[in-house]
Parts: sequence; C-alpha cells; structure tokens
Amino acid sequence: MAEQKRKFGFETRMLHAGHIPDPVTGARAVPIYQTTSYVFEDVDKAAQLFELKQYGNIYTRINNPTTAVFEERIASLENGTGGVATASGMAAQFTTMMTLLEPGDEIVSSSHLYGGTMTQFTHTFKKLGIKTHFVDPTNIENWAAAITPKTKALYGEVIGNPRGSILDIEALANLAHSHKIPLIVDSTFATPYLCRPLDWGADIVLHSATKFLGGHGNSIAGVIIDSGKFDFSVFPTIADPDPAYHDLRFYETGGHYGFLMKARAVTVRDTGAAISPFNSFMLIQGLETLSVRMERHIKNAQAIAEFLSNHPKVDWVAYAGLPDNPYYDLAQKYTPKGSGAVFTFSIKADNPRAAGKTFIEALHVFSHLANVGDVRSLVIHPASTTHQQLSDAELEAGGVTAGMIRLSIGLETTEDLLWDLDQALQLT
Amino acid sequence: MGSGSSLAVDVSMNTVLTEEERINYQDSGVIRTVLSTSKTIAIVGLSPKSERPSYFVGSYLKSEGYRIIPVNPMAKEILGEKCYPDLLSIPEPVDMVDVFRKPEDCVEVAKQAIQIGAKTLWLQLRVVNLEAAALAAAAGLNVIMDKCVKIEHGSYSGSLHWVGMNTEIISARRGQRYF
Repeated sequence: MAEQKRKFGFETRMLHAGHIPDPVTGARAVPIYQTTSYVFEDVDKAAQLFELKQYGNIYTRINNPTTAVFEERIASLENGTGGVATASGMAAQFTTMMTLLEPGDEIVSSSHLYGGTMTQFTHTFKKLGIKTHFVDPTNIENWAAAITPKTKALYGEVIGNPRGSILDIEALANLAHSHKIPLIVDSTFATPYLCRPLDWGADIVLHSATKFLGGHGNSIAGVIIDSGKFDFSVFPTIADPDPAYHDLRFYETGGHYGFLMKARAVTVRDTGAAISPFNSFMLIQGLETLSVRMERHIKNAQAIAEFLSNHPKVDWVAYAGLPDNPYYDLAQKYTPKGSGAVFTFSIKADNPRAAGKTFIEALHVFSHLANVGDVRSLVIHPASTTHQQLSDAELEAGGVTAGMIRLSIGLETTEDLLWDLDQALQLT
Repeated sequence: MGSGSSLAVDVSMNTVLTEEERINYQDSGVIRTVLSTSKTIAIVGLSPKSERPSYFVGSYLKSEGYRIIPVNPMAKEILGEKCYPDLLSIPEPVDMVDVFRKPEDCVEVAKQAIQIGAKTLWLQLRVVNLEAAALAAAAGLNVIMDKCVKIEHGSYSGSLHWVGMNTEIISARRGQRYF
C-alpha cells in the first residue's frame, strides 16, 4: 500500500504546484475564474463556510480559485505552509502587520528599505498607534538594543533597497525567537530561486509580486507566505479569542495555518486589499519561468556590475556579488547563485546631479521608470525624480547620493546593455 | 477536485514525527484509503463548544457525509449526535477512532479502539504517543498520527487548496471525479 515518496524539485513545483487539471474540462493551463462570488451548495454549507468550518470559496475579496493556484505555488517555492495574495506588496506588508499588531505595539525594522515601506511604517502606522524603530541592519547589536517589551516583530529586506545590503537572516531569526517574536522579511529582490528565507529561520516572507515573480511588469500584486513553524500560542493577536469570529482562537484551531487564516478571513476581508483573478493568472505565468529568468537576470547583472566597477566614469557600484562589496560574505551565504538584478552605482562627475540627468536621457535600451524586476532593463535617477526636492545634504542623509543611479537588469543581450550604459556614460 | 488514484509526492510538512515514523504513521496512500472507506468515525474528546478545534473537525466531517459519534463523558449530545462516555459504550460498529486527547491518555484509547474492532486509530496533530500507535498497529489497525483529519480530507479532496495552503500535492494527472 505504501506509495512512492518523491521530493519534487524547484522547477517542477514552479510549473505544477497548486494546480491539478480539473476533472470536468481537463484544462492544462490554469483557468481564470473571473467571478466575484460562488453559488453555495446549500444553506448549511454556506453557514459552515462563513464560520470557517468548511474550506471553500465565498467571495473573491477573500479567496478565488485562480488566486489559490498562485498562493499555493509560491508557498511551495518558498517551502512555506501556505500563502495569501494581496493587491500589492504594500498591501502584503500592511495585512501582515495589521494581523499581528495592536495599538501600542512596536516593531524593529531595518532602515535599508524601499522608501514606500519606510513611509508606511513611519506615518500610516503612527495613525494606528504602532511605533517603528529603524536600525542600521548591519550590526545585530543595533537590533537587540531596539527591542522593548512592546516589540512584536522584526522586519527587514533580504536584499535591501536601494543599497543592496544582505540581511543576516539566521542571526536575526535567533534574536527574534529568543524574544518569542517572529522575523518577517521581504524577499522581493531575491525571489525564492535565489534565497528561501524560511529555510534560514525567518517566519513570514513577503513579496511585491509585481517584480520578479510576475516578471513582466504588467500586474501589481503582493503575497504573504508563512513557515507554519512560529509558536503563536503566547502571541496575543493570533492566540486570543477573536470576537469577530465567535471567540475563535486562530492559533489553537488553525495551528500552522492560524496566522494566514486570520490574515485572510479578518484582515484582507476587512481592508479589502484583494488581488484580481486576472492578475493572479499573470503571476502564475511569471512563476512558470522564474528560474530561467532569474538565471539570466543575475548573469546580466553580474556582468554589468563588473563592467561598471571598472569604468572610469563610475565612482562606485553597490552590488553584493562583487568581491570588494561589504556584503559579499553574507551574499555568498544567503544568495550564492547571485545577488539579484537590482543595484545602484554612482557617476563620477563634477556636477553629479546634472550628470545623472544627462546619463538617463542618453540611454536607448534602459527604460526610465519607477519599477524594478521587469524582463526589460530599467533605470531611475533618484536625485532628479523621486528625491528631486531634496538638497544634496538631505539626499546623503537618506542614503541617496546626487550621482546615484538605480538599475534593474533585464534579459536583453548582455553586450547591448553594456553598450547602452557605456555610450550614455561617455556623454556625462 | 480530487488528486487521482496514486501520488508519488512526499508530504512532509507540519509534523514532529521522524522520517521513519512518517513512513509508518503518515502514509498518503493509507490516509486516502482510510478517508474513502471509513463511514463511521468516533471522535474521542469532541468538545460541545463551537469554537474548539475538535468541534471544527467534527462539524466538517459530518457535513462531508461521515457518521460521527461523539465520545465525551461530560456531554449528552454534540452536533446533534448522542454522546458516549467512552468507546466501549458505543452500541454500533466504528470504522475510525479520531482522538483529541492528551498524548498520555492515548494508550487507553488505543486499547479500547482495538477492543471494539475499529479499523483505524487516528491521533490528531501533536497528539503523539508511539506506544499507543505501536499497540494499535500490532493489532492490525491503520494508524495515522500527528495529522488533522480535516486538513487531510481537505488536502486530498482539493478544498484546502482553495484557502491558499500548501498541500504539497504535485500531479499532472486529471483530477478525479467522485461521482
């Protein structure tokens, strides 16, 4: 009676996890269930669904069969127990924190973050009575010193935006667990192909799926993946009776999926940050080629980082895949295949702000826009766009320099990208 | 949708059992056979409180068409079914005994399960007692341990997938129709 037991590989799961061809049509591609709602079998089953006593589809704000394929697939790739997809990466963060935190709680976060996350944690969370302590993530002592009895989570980006620092996940997980709090990491720049944070002890992984997971720059989305291993039994928001669900204790009843159940059935339900089924379909298409794309992304990124670091018009390159980078050793540990495909460099010029502008306008292949993780190569010059109202001194304080350029390396012919960067640098 | 007649996948997450114990007590083929052949399930430690895990499982199994028999000395009726103080008091045949009790109570439950001729002893998530499991297995019962019967049913019938959980099931075969 015993069946064969095979642990299927990453690429096999990229294509198959979460989708079994349905028994009626046999459709091989994942169908798009573009529907708001689902006819109940009968009144009793409907009541059971609303009480979470049955698994099933109620309303696409809460779950959807196309989205479920994306959720199970990315959970499988991250070695997680499950996933909840959201309308954006920002929504994934917000959903996670609103599920875990209450007014008066605090989090300790790396300061090497996407600016939008910094703003959400600082200003929006302040309105909700939640305080964020930002720390320089490169020294574990900074984290330990910022933890107070009110701290309910540690947060950081696996590959920090925009400086490309690498988070010491294992050390932070140990610190978090010694305080009985979870470590939450954003792994958008790494993707599960380059790093699986749950394997290093992180408890919850977040992605802006808009980036490399979708990969084609066509859909905004986010996702939350839980390891299922964190002990929430003394964590109030997940362990205590929930009055919104007849005093259900999500951890006692849901166990390893208690947190995700609450994130879905309470937080996403109430905030409404649901993903569209069509976007889930686009993300599934992206995941099916994730490993192939990432191999090409990191090959191009490494070649370009090496090229720029030897270029006379370049001041510095911040890419952890370069041996002289301060995060090189951590990158060898956590992202040995490659340090992602998003990094920054600075133009060497008497007037770096003006040189940055000239450089951007001279490019032919790199697209000038505010996104990363596209199959196409992308570029932005923070000092003339997102940070243009700041003085040079203010830029430096925010970790941005006047001549700093952020690149997101795509899949184009390597030599074409090198040519494009070189001809634009020559004009600065 | 169901997941077909056989599975080559190693379902290994969310358990405290060793690999060898998983082979003995979490075989996916045995689990699917037990779920498809059992009709009457006695639930030892079923709570009358609707927010408790055992009640979630009991109400789920009942709505999925199983006959459930509550076993709890503190209650008379749960989920509309007559409640018995122990397995030995149940006046009808039982296919599966599903256990929500402390691990140290499980040897006695296993002995009673053997005595009433149950075909399967199922110890819920984190209800781990190797002595009880070995006892029942030696008497010829199927033994499942450190697994939730609701999660397993939802996993293999396809519904757990709808809430974004990682069932670990990989199959390119067309899903099975149950009717």
